[in-house]
Amino acid sequence: MMLVKIMFYILAAVALGSALFVAASKNLVRSVFMFFVTLFALAGLYVLALADFVAITQIVIYVGGILVLILFTFMLSGRETLDAIQQQKSKLINLNKLPAIVLAVLFFVVMFIVLRQADVNELDWVKVAVAEGNVIKPDGIQIENIGVNLMTSYLLPFEVISILLMIALIGAAHLSRKEQEA
Amino acid sequence: MISLSDFLLLSAALFCIGLYMVVAKRNAIQILIGIELMLNAAILNLVAFGKYDKLNNSGQVFALFAIVLAAAVTAVALAIILNVYRQYKTIDPSKINNLGD
Repeated sequence: MMLVKIMFYILAAVALGSALFVAASKNLVRSVFMFFVTLFALAGLYVLALADFVAITQIVIYVGGILVLILFTFMLSGRETLDAIQQQKSKLINLNKLPAIVLAVLFFVVMFIVLRQADVNELDWVKVAVAEGNVIKPDGIQIENIGVNLMTSYLLPFEVISILLMIALIGAAHLSRKEQEA
Repeated sequence: MISLSDFLLLSAALFCIGLYMVVAKRNAIQILIGIELMLNAAILNLVAFGKYDKLNNSGQVFALFAIVLAAAVTAVALAIILNVYRQYKTIDPSKINNLGD
């Protein structure tokens, strides 16, 4: 069990550090590539939370799909965007960013206090689940169960989200189409 | 095992980094990356709580739904960004201040 904790802290440090780098970097391409690292670390964290199928989906959709899409847009939107970023002054702490930093830090403090007061490790339903043995164990295989649940209890959200995805993709294709004439 | 509060604290930190990016960045693509970070923090919470539901898998299933939603959001947002770039020749949200007719 000790090894799991060490892995968790290493992955958490990687995720937080690369996310901070993404937020602080002046270079857009560098921050996009650093976002890869964040997403991989998050996939590792999902594995540590015993959700291996979600981790694989994360890698396939986020790393394989969304990031490549972001890179495509970046390449298509030309050189001016890159220049605009480079022109910002490279001071360590930009005074314009101060309100945003204050906002983020204060929000984190609020979340921290809420977490302290909610006492999540002692939640009632979690205790009930542990007592009934309704907890995912590291040696069980969950993928079969997920598949059955997806086709029975969660059939309506599944269908709704498939229609939504189709609408969104058609809309995206329509929006990014070049105007023929006019 | 890893306690639930560790996961929640990590996801709160990721959410705040995403919030900072959304507020501070001057580039629509970086704002989009910030939104993705916030979505990922939410998915981490779903997955962490989903460990305590072996029979129904509600946390993991809705984490999957959230990932698909994020994909849809990104596709549409990037198409809009491309259109905006074509019209204004910039993707700085604070410089886009008039309607295209």
